[in-house]
Amino acid sequence: MEKVNEIKEKWKLLPAFLQSRGLVKQHLDSFNHFIECEIKNIVKANEEIRCEADPNWYLKYIDINVGKPEIEEGFNVTRATTPHECRLRDVTYCAPITVDIEHKRGNDRVIKTGLVIGRMPIMLRSHNCVLHNKTFAQLIRLKECPHDPGGYFVVNGSEKVILIHEQLSRNRILIEEGPVCQVTSTTAERKSRTNLMINKKKQIMMKHNSFSDDGIPIFVVFKAMGFESDSEIVELICGTLCETDEIDPNLLIPSIEACHRAEVWTNEQALRFMASKLKAKNSAPGNKPFFQEQRRKSSDEIVRELLSTTIVAHVPVVAFNFRQKTIYLAQMVKRLILAISNPDYIDDRDYYGNKRLELAGSLIGLLFEDLLKRFNSELRLIADKNIPKIKAAQFDITKHMRQDLITNGLINAIATGNWTLKRFKMERIGVSQVLSRLSYISALGMMTRINSQFEKTRKTSGPRSLQCSQWGLVCPCDTPEGESCGLIKNLALMTHITTDVNQDLIIRVCLNLGGVQDINLCESGAKINRNYLVYVNGLIIGITFDPVKLVTALRKIRRGGFISEFVSVSVNRLHKSVYIATDGGRLCRPYIIINPDGQPRITSKHIEALNRGLICFEDFIRKGLIEYLDVNEASDSHIAIKEEVINPGITTHLEIEPFTLLGVCAGIIPFPHNNQSPRNTYQCAMGKQAMGTIGLNQRERIDTLLYLLAYPQRPVVKTKTIELIHFDEMPAGQNAIVAVMSYSGFDIEDASIMNKASIDRGYGRCFVYRNQKCVLRRYPTLGGASDRIMGPLVQSEPPHLPIAKHAALDIDGIAAPGERIQNRQVLVNKQTPVSSTAMETTPLPGKAPSYSVNYKDVPITYKGIEETTVEKVMITSNSEESFLIKLLLRQMRRPEVGDKFSSRHGQKGVIGLIVPQEDFPFNNVGICPDMIMNPHGFPSRMTVGKLKELVAGKSAIIKGTLHDGTAFGGTTIDEITEIMCENGYNYHGKEMMTSGITGEPLTGYIFFGPIYYQKLKHMVLDKVHGRSRGPRAVLTRQPTEGRARDGGLRLGEMERDCLIGHGVSMLLLERLMLSSDAFNVEVCTGCGFLGYQKWCSYCESSRSLASVQVPYAYKLLIQELQAMCIQTKLKLTSL
Amino acid sequence: MSVDTRNEAFLHEYCVENAETTDFPGNYADFDDSWDLQSFKENVEENAIEFDMIGISPAIANAFRRILLAEVPTMAIEKVFIYNNTSILQDDFLAHRLGLIPINVDPRYFEYRQEGDEEGTPQDTIVFELKLKCTKNPNPEPDACTPESLYNNRNIYSKHLKWVPIGNQEEIFQGKPIKPVDDDILIAKLSPGQELDLKLHCVKGVGRDHIKFSPVATAFYRLLPKIQLLRTFENDEAEKLKKCFTKGVIKCENVDGKKIAKVVNPRKDTCGRNVFRHPEFKDSVKLSVVKDHFIFSIESTGALSPQTLFLEAVEIFAGKCRHFLGELEEINKDAK
Repeated sequence: MEKVNEIKEKWKLLPAFLQSRGLVKQHLDSFNHFIECEIKNIVKANEEIRCEADPNWYLKYIDINVGKPEIEEGFNVTRATTPHECRLRDVTYCAPITVDIEHKRGNDRVIKTGLVIGRMPIMLRSHNCVLHNKTFAQLIRLKECPHDPGGYFVVNGSEKVILIHEQLSRNRILIEEGPVCQVTSTTAERKSRTNLMINKKKQIMMKHNSFSDDGIPIFVVFKAMGFESDSEIVELICGTLCETDEIDPNLLIPSIEACHRAEVWTNEQALRFMASKLKAKNSAPGNKPFFQEQRRKSSDEIVRELLSTTIVAHVPVVAFNFRQKTIYLAQMVKRLILAISNPDYIDDRDYYGNKRLELAGSLIGLLFEDLLKRFNSELRLIADKNIPKIKAAQFDITKHMRQDLITNGLINAIATGNWTLKRFKMERIGVSQVLSRLSYISALGMMTRINSQFEKTRKTSGPRSLQCSQWGLVCPCDTPEGESCGLIKNLALMTHITTDVNQDLIIRVCLNLGGVQDINLCESGAKINRNYLVYVNGLIIGITFDPVKLVTALRKIRRGGFISEFVSVSVNRLHKSVYIATDGGRLCRPYIIINPDGQPRITSKHIEALNRGLICFEDFIRKGLIEYLDVNEASDSHIAIKEEVINPGITTHLEIEPFTLLGVCAGIIPFPHNNQSPRNTYQCAMGKQAMGTIGLNQRERIDTLLYLLAYPQRPVVKTKTIELIHFDEMPAGQNAIVAVMSYSGFDIEDASIMNKASIDRGYGRCFVYRNQKCVLRRYPTLGGASDRIMGPLVQSEPPHLPIAKHAALDIDGIAAPGERIQNRQVLVNKQTPVSSTAMETTPLPGKAPSYSVNYKDVPITYKGIEETTVEKVMITSNSEESFLIKLLLRQMRRPEVGDKFSSRHGQKGVIGLIVPQEDFPFNNVGICPDMIMNPHGFPSRMTVGKLKELVAGKSAIIKGTLHDGTAFGGTTIDEITEIMCENGYNYHGKEMMTSGITGEPLTGYIFFGPIYYQKLKHMVLDKVHGRSRGPRAVLTRQPTEGRARDGGLRLGEMERDCLIGHGVSMLLLERLMLSSDAFNVEVCTGCGFLGYQKWCSYCESSRSLASVQVPYAYKLLIQELQAMCIQTKLKLTSL
Repeated sequence: MSVDTRNEAFLHEYCVENAETTDFPGNYADFDDSWDLQSFKENVEENAIEFDMIGISPAIANAFRRILLAEVPTMAIEKVFIYNNTSILQDDFLAHRLGLIPINVDPRYFEYRQEGDEEGTPQDTIVFELKLKCTKNPNPEPDACTPESLYNNRNIYSKHLKWVPIGNQEEIFQGKPIKPVDDDILIAKLSPGQELDLKLHCVKGVGRDHIKFSPVATAFYRLLPKIQLLRTFENDEAEKLKKCFTKGVIKCENVDGKKIAKVVNPRKDTCGRNVFRHPEFKDSVKLSVVKDHFIFSIESTGALSPQTLFLEAVEIFAGKCRHFLGELEEINKDAK
């Protein structure tokens, strides 16, 4: 056997891959596919509108297009825009949807082109976006971060991502535990679910929503479809009438009996039987036309209609020729009875080959189709209403096309994330989310997030656990902890999600290829069951005698580029079928193809050509060197991880790089393969909270909250992923010199000790940006008066300085950039008009009433303990054409005790103590650590990767380079120790250190070196809270709740129990009443009711009133009970 | 002639061998012994000294180190008055950067500023001005493409800080104008149209308040290492041993055709302890440090020479001692 040479620098394929693909290609592809193909198909499906009023009138869509994004400035004036402008101005980045129509105006057929029917929010970096195909410099000119991946929308100024949704594959036979055979069919018109199950009498029953719950014997269904001969049916299912190793037809006997007992032998009898099982439908108002039609038909016809359109809906039935559907149903039965004896036939719902991911394109597609249908029906109503009227002008439908239905429908759905489609009874919330801009990583992480439809509250572990088929496709580390653990996942680095490819071409290729016989030409069930079935997207198209030959041929065609590279072909020997998939939403991933002789098709020569820029990643696919495999095909392949393990003749593919099995967030971690697994998961969650750089355009942005690091550094120990995603250009953290030792006792429980000098020099220093918005509205009800901004109020004394509250205001009444703002100072001195009185009580006819307008101060004030600085003021207008003023406020913060830091190994901790440099230990060359970490953090966490990061980092800075810590590779310990020994450092990374306090050497050697530390967004300043006195709630007069309202600190029931346990009743009284809502209430000792101002209104006397101190809430309770006619009497006795 | 003879004289029983100077230019094949002022200057570090402190308690040595870091005063930029800042750097950020620039002025000429004093007096304040605007270079070189050549005032360095003498400061610092220690500390980068207009006040302070007032980059000591070879190491073993230490600590000498390891300069050792990596060396080498031999290093930031800094530290230390003795005396007096 010839030894397989290692392909050097194979990983260079990755940057090429990412360059051609980007990190969010799945979103862009999906959206582009929608804009370029799907939208046209949708319009084609709904192209004609006719009305009842005039049978000759019609409207027909000829074409639909989506233009370039633009902004509406005033009435019908539009201007091209950029995403950044939309972000700043709180408008939507959307493009007009134009249609070409043909319609009747009077008796003329008119064609009109370029009619705007609505606006489509445009995904950033998609083909319609202005950012598409722009160079680095051009992007900068558009004030866009060149590394920003795009793939999201800008809706009303906020960035929204439509998350990837995971679903069960549609139109596939799925055998579940039971066994139950389930098929969820989806066509453009309807969705339906058909179940086959075995009841207690061992009869196979079909269940469907349209029929009663106990199901219909399967043989009745076959007979209703026109197959009356039992033996024919059995043959269709089993292939033979006698028992074989594979299948036992005797299992069908109870089902046949059930059919006979129901006295069904003929087609008519079957239809009648099924009609009797029809569920009585309550007529929903929306479905009226359908039911009117139905009422006219006989129930037999209804059943036949149902059988052809709704049951296993995706199998087409032309002119009531049920043959194809019968074969399909027979296969369902076959799989079901096979699963009785052999559990291998039970499918795994969590298997990724059975899953499809739904992306922005298809979700918007659903929404758009729904909106278009509503738009059309609205037009039809208008036509119905207007055509009978006789008017001077001819009825012109184009005058009635309102844009806002589609525009608002799309914008509202994306802005709120509520996808409500009445047609499919779909009601989903949280489909879109605000793009998290905490850090670059968090934004990227959000773009690769996969949301599962599974309920969060359920405790089952199946869908949450790691599935072996997700290897290389879904990151094994990146999932949140807690309730959504395992339900929210992230894509791995090289995963691609397919879009729909037209299946007709593939079917034609298959049938023309030879070896595949058209299913419609298969004369007997025996023949069908003897051979392999060929499924295309869940539809049986034929049978084949030599599946291997067929698959090889199809793969050759695919590698030659004659059919799409995303078509998957795989053999399932268990099911005796060949599955061909062209549908969208499959996960796939590129692999290097290996020739039968065991040599990879890619050689070092190719890599060299790639390095020199002569070829790109697409060329590798075009030349058939690399191909995409989806989960089903990968399960049918032999994939070698490394060149050494290639087994000639057996191995079919070679992994490009194993570290790509991790996602973006986990790719940041150095040496993750040395860590305990949950630590990597923790880091994946924490990397998203790390502050640093969020984009190269960060200073141009005015976000609600933005955390930036003053001096971000790229990590000394990097990974290949870091370079690939440009984390080194937009880092979030700093290389801290860490000494692993105990110090002072303030470092228990993961707290760390920080060097004051390091903080003075800028370590961990960060900026917190917030914005303040102010909109100046116009009030048509007040005679067109609008909000206004007044200049600052000045003191009456000579220098006439502004009053303290207005000290930061400029002449125009808006705080000036660079001003420092204290708590409660005014940022914008806004006034709003209040109830104005009309000047004349009876306005003259034809003249608008004139108003005198009073104004009320509604200043925008700053609230916060720490002072802040105005960085920027932006004055613009928003989509409602009112003034929009945005202020960007900045705070610089240096680390303080309690601020949270974390390394890249899920090791978070707070600062426990800040120590001056002279007290810090120092080593033999005079280096003081920036941070001291307690060694107790290591044994239980087992983060060996962190130890390796430290030594690798130390050797890197000694040598003056960066070291690599990529998963399953990276700098070896041998290299590291060699570098340290050569330079006189201990090979363990442990150093002799001197105590800064005593001046004596420390007894222990200290593990000492750089570790990349992230500052997390949780800072003490945002959390400190305590109060002695403060605001109270109006109703109960108890202290308010929460930090934002300067609330009191709650003495909860457990604390109360504790006080009761101690028997300190006076303390309890003081805490619960005196310090809260003590109130002196007057009680009439005569009647026991509450009095008021020394007067009891019940006794009508002031004789016997006593003052009692009770909680105000109690007094309130008494009064509320009184209001409900429940009397509460207080009986007072003297102590 | 071995290389040792270049700068070593050998003391024999009755004579001193090789006492005469021989390192003349051209005398040794691999050495350029020509004397050059420039290279001499480069070899002498202006802002750093290393000296030995022998025979005192670590507490005393440590006290000097601590005082140097935290208590010897210097002048540093403390107040930044921003009249205009249109650069990308935030005001607070810029002020922090400016504060860390070491200023080349003897702090002993100045007093501490009174608390609450915003204006400052000539006795306690140095004023700098930084007023620059970045503009497009009207006639750049035809092939210019870097921002530095296309724009004027692209990079703002510490040399751009302009000293504004107040009071009689001009007289006092005649001939030695106050300026930052280094000219090439990058403060900011500007784009055309951006400008800075700042007034900076330097005041006297100590490192305990903020590290920018610390006169040293670092001050530290280490103990003198001692290496004893408990057996002879020959040939390969000797080479291997040599690699276990910092360069120059162990030398392999040729004795009777064998290479024998010898400790020549234990002072250079950085306590790497890599002999323990090899089990065969573990028990044949004894490593130690001399507990009362401190090799003390001071790296000054440049305001004062390291020598003066140490003397200052000694003075502060003495002051503390005097104060303490005074207090003791008070107590004694009270007791009597």
